[in-house]
Amino acid sequence: MPRPGFVLEVDRSTPSILFWRGENFSLEKLPAGRSRVIYPPEPLEALSDIDGAIRHALANPIDQDPLATQLFPGMKLTIAFDDVSLPLPKMRRPDVRQRVIEAVLDTAAQAGVDDVHIIAALGLHRRMHEYELRHALGDRIYDAFHDRGMLYQHDGEDHDNLSVIGTTDEGEVLEINKRAADSDLIVYVNINSVSMDGGWKSITTGLASYRSLSHHHNPETLENTKSLMGHRHQSALHTSVWRLGKVLRDNGPKIFQIETTLNTDMFPSPFEFINKREWEWTAKDRATFVGTTKSLNHTPIKLARKIFHGIEGPHQMTSVQAGETEAVHKITLEHVHRQQLMEVQGQTDILTMGIPFVSPYNPDGVMNPVLVMCMGLGYLFNMYRNKPLVREGGVVIMTHPCYRDFNPVHHPSYIDFFEQVLTDTTNPAEMSRKWEKQYAEDEWYRHLYRTGNAYHGVHPFYAWYWGAHGLQHAGKVIIVGGDPPTVRRLGFTPATTMDDAFEIASDVVGRSPTITHLHVPALLIADVQ
Amino acid sequence: MSRLVFSRKPARFALARVAGAIMPGAGASVGPITVEPDKLLPLPTPEWVRLRPRLAGICGSDLAMIDGTASAYFDPLVSYPFTPGHEVVADVVTADGDGDGDGNGNRRVVLVPVLSCVTRGIDPLCPACAQGQINLCERVAFGHLEPGLQSGFCTDTGGGWSNEMIAHSSQLVDVPTDLSDEAAVLIEPTACAVHAAARYTGDETVILGAGTLGLLTLAAITATHKTDRRGPIVVTARYAEQKRLAKELGADVVCSTDELPRWVRSATKSLMVGDQLTCGARHVIDCVGSTDSLQQALQVVAPGGDVQVVGMPSNVSLELTSLWHREVAIRGSYAYTHPDFHTAIDVIRHHDLARLLSATYALSDYTDAIAHAASAGRRGAVKIAFDMRGK
Repeated sequence: MPRPGFVLEVDRSTPSILFWRGENFSLEKLPAGRSRVIYPPEPLEALSDIDGAIRHALANPIDQDPLATQLFPGMKLTIAFDDVSLPLPKMRRPDVRQRVIEAVLDTAAQAGVDDVHIIAALGLHRRMHEYELRHALGDRIYDAFHDRGMLYQHDGEDHDNLSVIGTTDEGEVLEINKRAADSDLIVYVNINSVSMDGGWKSITTGLASYRSLSHHHNPETLENTKSLMGHRHQSALHTSVWRLGKVLRDNGPKIFQIETTLNTDMFPSPFEFINKREWEWTAKDRATFVGTTKSLNHTPIKLARKIFHGIEGPHQMTSVQAGETEAVHKITLEHVHRQQLMEVQGQTDILTMGIPFVSPYNPDGVMNPVLVMCMGLGYLFNMYRNKPLVREGGVVIMTHPCYRDFNPVHHPSYIDFFEQVLTDTTNPAEMSRKWEKQYAEDEWYRHLYRTGNAYHGVHPFYAWYWGAHGLQHAGKVIIVGGDPPTVRRLGFTPATTMDDAFEIASDVVGRSPTITHLHVPALLIADVQ
Repeated sequence: MSRLVFSRKPARFALARVAGAIMPGAGASVGPITVEPDKLLPLPTPEWVRLRPRLAGICGSDLAMIDGTASAYFDPLVSYPFTPGHEVVADVVTADGDGDGDGNGNRRVVLVPVLSCVTRGIDPLCPACAQGQINLCERVAFGHLEPGLQSGFCTDTGGGWSNEMIAHSSQLVDVPTDLSDEAAVLIEPTACAVHAAARYTGDETVILGAGTLGLLTLAAITATHKTDRRGPIVVTARYAEQKRLAKELGADVVCSTDELPRWVRSATKSLMVGDQLTCGARHVIDCVGSTDSLQQALQVVAPGGDVQVVGMPSNVSLELTSLWHREVAIRGSYAYTHPDFHTAIDVIRHHDLARLLSATYALSDYTDAIAHAASAGRRGAVKIAFDMRGK
C-alpha cells in the first residue's frame, strides 16, 4: 500500500536532504526547528491489465457512444497525441501513446476506416525527431503511416493548413490544424502528467497557431493564473482555454478524448534513491549516491546529459478514460489528485527546490538558463492548490549550475532571447510589448520551427511568461551553485552555498525564516491550507 | 634622453617580431627602437617650423611597426632612422626659442601628419592633393623630403615621441583654448574616425572592434549623424570597459564577435545558409583589420553592401567567394583631410572624449608605455600616450 505524502519537520537528527543540481545532486542540511520537507505520495499501483483497460475505455466511454460505433467507412479520422514534452523522463517502452493509438487503429480497421491521419500535437514546441516518434508510437505505427504522409507533426505556421473554428465572447480566435478541423472525428490521446494538462487544453494548444495561443500565453493571463495546477477558476489561462473549448465543442469537429494518468514511479535502477526519503536510504542507496555524484563531478557535461536523457522511467499507468472531453477530464483530475495531491499547512518564508536536468521543453537537450527559470518559477513554484507554498514577498531558492549553454538546434531563439531580451528587461509585460512580435514573426525562427527541430521563435517568451506569477509573487529568487553572471542576467541573485543563500535571503525574510523544501523529483500538488 | 628612434636593423626587427608574437608590445625591449639624444633637424624651407610635443599618442600602426608585424608594403614609404609619433599635440617654437602654448599668444597645435605634395614642395600638386584629398597623395615618397607617408615615419621630420620635431605650416591645426592637451591628443585619431564615418549611410551598421579606432568611429558616427540613423549600430567588443564605453557612445547593440552573427541576423531579419547570413548589414566597418575580422565582415555584410577597412590590415588570407557572389565591396579608409580635423574637434567636445586617454608615460618609460598600449583593452584602457610636458 503506497504511503501518502508526508511533511517532515526538520530536527537535529534529520539527515541532509537531496537536492537536484541539473546533471548532478547535492545533500543540503536544512536548519532544524523551522524547516520542513514535503515528500510526495508514493507511486500508486499500476493498472494490472493496461491493454484491457484501454479497450474497456474505448468501448465504454463517458457521455459518448463507444468509439467503434462512431467509426464508419469513408470517414476522415484524425488521431492527435501529446508530444515529446511529457512524460519526464521518457517512458520505458511501450509508451502509453503507442498502446492507446494501436487500440484505436485496431478499432478503426475493424470499422473499415482507411483515411486516418496521426498528428503530433506539438503546438509551438519543437518537432520530434524520428527516434522520438518511434519511441512514442512504436515502429509498427511509424513504419505504416509516416512514409505514406499519414503520420506527421502539427505546424502552427502552415497557414494554408490552419482553419478558424470560431471566436469566443472575449474575442479569442480559435485556429487549429485544418486536417483536424475538417475531420469527422478527432481522437485525442493524452498523457496527464500534471493537473494543468488535458481537457480542452489538449487541442486548443496542441493543434493551435500562434495567433490562437497568444490569447492566453501572455504575461497578463499568466500573472493572473494564480494556481496553474489548482482550481480552474484561479487560472486565467484555463478560463481562456475553456472558453476556446466551448467554441470547439459548438463549432468544431466531433472529439473523442482519451486521457491517461501515470503514477510517480519516475526513475529506474540505479537511480531509485532519488525517489526515496533520505532517512530511509539503505547502505546501498548511500553508496550509489556517493558513487553517482563523485562520478558525475568528473564526467563531461555532454556525457552526463546523455546519461540522464537516456533514462527511461517506469511511469506506470493508473487510469485511462475516454469520451466527452470535460467529463473525461473531470475523472482524470481525480486520478491525478489521488496520486499527487497532499495537504500542507500554511505558507513559508523560503521555498527551496532542486532543479533537475530536464523540463518539458528540453527533452534530449540542454536545460538552458531560461528553462531553469521556467522550471523553477513556472512549474515547481506552481505545484500547489489554493495558495503558493511560499508567502507573497518570500524567497525562492533553487539549486542548479545555470550554465550559459544552449542547444542551437532546439533553442535558437532562446539564445537570442538570452542575449537580446534579457539584457534589456526581465519584466514579462515589457518584453512582450517590446520584443515578442519580432521573435514571433522572425522568418528564420519560423523556418527552423517548420523544417528543423526548433521551438517556435516566440517560445522563450512563453517559457518566461510561465514564471510570470512566480516572479511577481517572490520577493527574491536565489540560485545556488549557478554561474553568477548568468544568474544575474535572469534577474536573480547567485549564491555559492545554501548557507550563503539563507544569509542573502535574510535581507528579505529576516534571521529566522520558516523554510519549506519541495522534494523533487516526484510530482505533487501541495494543497496549502 | 630626448627622443625615440626606430632604425633599419633587420636582425633586431626579426627579434622584435618573435618577441611581439609572444607578448604584444615586447618588441620595444628587443627591437630596433632606441633612445637617443636630441638632434636639431634642419628646416627644409621657411614654411617649416619647430614643434615642441606636449603629448603624443601610441597608435596601432606604431605597435605593428614595433612588434615587426607591419606590412613590407610600407618599406618604400618610410625612411630610416625615424622618430615615431604622429598623434601629436605640440607648441610651436617661436623665433626666440620659446614654445609654451600657454594661451598667452603662443600657438598650441595638433599635427596633420600626412606628408603630401604641399609639405614636399611639389608643384603642381598631384590630382588628389589638388582636390584637398591629402590622404590620397600620389607623391608621399617624392619631393624634397625623404619618403614617409606621415610625420613619425620620415627621417627628415622627426616625430612626436621626442622633445622636438619639425612640421610644415600647412600641417598645423590650432587647438581651441577650451580643449585640454588630453583632449587634443585625440584629435588626430578622431579625424581618422570622422573620415571613416563620412561613409555612414544611416542603414544598419556593424563596427568590428572597440579599441581606440572602433570607439572613435562610433563616436564620430553618433555625433555627426544624429537624425539620419535608420538602422541599429552594432559594435563588437571584447572587454568589459570597451563594452561600457561603446554603449555610452551610442551603440545600439554591443556584443562579442561570437554573438555578432546572431545579432545581425536578428536585426536584419535574415535567414542563414550554413554560417552565411542571407541578408546582413549594409555597412560593416572593420576597425581591427585581421583575417578573422575581415572574414567576419564578409559573413555579416548584406549582398551589395560595403566593408570599410579602417583598422590597418597586413597580410590576410580570405575566402572571397561570398564577396564575388554577393557583390560586396571592400574599401579602405586611410587618414583624413584637413576639414576632418575641425569636425574631430566637435566630436571630441560632443562626447567629452578626453576620458579615452587612459594613461601617459614619460619617454624614458617607453617599454612600459608600449606594453600598456599593446594590451590596452585587456587592461581596461583605451589610448596611451607619451607626456613630454615635464621636460
